[in-house]
Amino acid sequence: MEQSWNRAKAIFATVLGPPLAWLLLFFLIPLTIVWVYSFGTNVGLTEIAFTGTFSNYARAVEPLYVGIFLKSVGVAGLTTLLCLIVGFPVALAITFAPDRLKAWLILLVMLPFWTNLLIRTYALIAVLRTEGYVNLSLGWLWTHASGLMTMVGLSPLTRFEPLELLHNNFAVVFGLVYVHLPFMVLPLYSALDRLDRSLLEASLDLGAGHVRTMMMVVVPLALPGIASGILITFIPALGAYLTPDLLGGPDSQMIANIIERQFKRANDWPFGAALSFLLMYMTFIAIALQAMLAKRKTEAGS
Amino acid sequence: MSDKTGASRRSLLTALGASGAAAVGLSFAGGLTGCSPKEAAKPASGSEEPKLNFYNWDTYIGPSTLADYKKASGVDVSMSLFATNDELFAKLKAGNPGFDVIVPSNEFVTRMSQSGMLMPLDHAKIPNIKNIDPTFLNPEFDPGRKFSMPYTWLVLGIGYRKSKVKAVPDSWKYLFDSDQYKGRIALLSESADLMRLSAKYKGHSVNNIPPEMIAQLEAMLIKQKPFIKAFHDDNGQDMLLAGDVDLVLEYNGDIAQIMQEDPDIGFVVPKEGSLINSDTLCIPVGAPRPNNAHAFINYLLDAQAGSEITKEILYPTPNAAAKALMPDSYRNNPVIFPPAAIMAKCEYGAFEGAEKSRLFEEAITRVRAA
Repeated sequence: MEQSWNRAKAIFATVLGPPLAWLLLFFLIPLTIVWVYSFGTNVGLTEIAFTGTFSNYARAVEPLYVGIFLKSVGVAGLTTLLCLIVGFPVALAITFAPDRLKAWLILLVMLPFWTNLLIRTYALIAVLRTEGYVNLSLGWLWTHASGLMTMVGLSPLTRFEPLELLHNNFAVVFGLVYVHLPFMVLPLYSALDRLDRSLLEASLDLGAGHVRTMMMVVVPLALPGIASGILITFIPALGAYLTPDLLGGPDSQMIANIIERQFKRANDWPFGAALSFLLMYMTFIAIALQAMLAKRKTEAGS
Repeated sequence: MSDKTGASRRSLLTALGASGAAAVGLSFAGGLTGCSPKEAAKPASGSEEPKLNFYNWDTYIGPSTLADYKKASGVDVSMSLFATNDELFAKLKAGNPGFDVIVPSNEFVTRMSQSGMLMPLDHAKIPNIKNIDPTFLNPEFDPGRKFSMPYTWLVLGIGYRKSKVKAVPDSWKYLFDSDQYKGRIALLSESADLMRLSAKYKGHSVNNIPPEMIAQLEAMLIKQKPFIKAFHDDNGQDMLLAGDVDLVLEYNGDIAQIMQEDPDIGFVVPKEGSLINSDTLCIPVGAPRPNNAHAFINYLLDAQAGSEITKEILYPTPNAAAKALMPDSYRNNPVIFPPAAIMAKCEYGAFEGAEKSRLFEEAITRVRAA
């Protein structure tokens, strides 16, 4: 007994050792350094002295930055909600698709991941810009509709005004939904796919309509999937940096853009570190909330 | 013919060696390049290996400059790119990761030399300094050119679409204090540049802006913000070319490049004056091959090499000998070389300490959050 435990321990150590060392060296230690920075002050242009000061955090909770935090939470929350609204029917459709189609549909959902985020974002710029594909198509339809109306004797339409689709908050949310949709669809799908179909049949047999079955049977059963989908959509959306930077307008900055500017333009690493850690604490809170909800649910279930 | 293919295969081998060395570590490089007998026979300057790491801006070198240099000297230049001075500074702040030559702008030459991040240049190793226009030899940001050699200079102004403006937008007013072109304006997202040019618009110098004036300028920009379409990361020329905006705060060189593609684009340095920048060649402290670095800087300041670069990037060159080799269309281009009367009103932005940078940064953060 003892010998086998020992042997297992050795195997455990060999299997766990490398990833743990990796985590320690390349994640925990750098993170600790940044954490220490957040209690430091700039000395000259290149040195950071660890003084144990809380002034960086004090500055980070000034109304200016709290406002930007709140705005980021709002944008990430809206993104998550839209992903849920769009993603749920998609996941449901994949669940009920014929088996041989399923793999292809899942592949389609994951396909965007094969391309770099930067390239996808630039592609969106080409689609949304003033002389982009959406506006060019709309403009073409508009002029032809206008021509058609003149032909049948009606007065032609006014000149086509291109839609303002890029460089505003709409573009940021649109881009974030586009990027994060797979994060929502995949956990939803895996939750819905495990669903016992006979429960749905029972519900329908017993007189519940489709909507009622959906709300009272499917959604409660898929709740863990929904919760993890919300979490893994919300967290990266909250820290989004590229999307607001490239698609956003003059007021679309999110907290990650502010953090980036502290590390680069402002050359204020301690303050940037403090902001980063506040963002991380918010992420921890979101994870803790999800864990609490999951726990309450299992307790209620048992 | 066979000789030529042999040469190209050899250059392929050394290129492979270069990328291998970059990935594995520099100690590898000697072994790999040693395979090539021609290069082993040719001694590099000093006792340095025939390599050089060049950290440059994007689209900021001639198409064949690096290959020509390799042909002339045998030194393999591997170039990496940065997008902003801040990126360059952030990367070197924690120690030089192996760059031999870097291209910081004027303000950052001051910053980096003050922080001891630049190696003093040995002018004896850079005889081509004689090609430089004397007016560039003693700038305020680097007296006596102790740390930097001028590579280009550039001036901020307004790039515009001729068919969409009523008259030439020759004042900062159109960007900072007017709704005439609302929703058609893109500004550069450099906090210091924005504050300095706003001050210039108000008749103040770009330097020594007092804190109470910063608040005043901030209020003006907050008022202007609804009319601004976007803050761009020095890609304003693309937005102008694509028709996203009609007015853009950009550098003259960037606009000169797109004016070749689209005759409907114009550029003006506003009548109030503007900010001049100068990009310079420097050697960071800890450069592994300072001798090669001096030789390379000297090569870039050569008249012929300099004009090849200038033909490609179309930025104003401080290199008088290279400028003399350029066609009239460049030398007399009012976009590349704005009229002397306007240029006399332009100033270099000086580095005024970290606290000032923080004030600028926070003001623009407030503008964007407003």
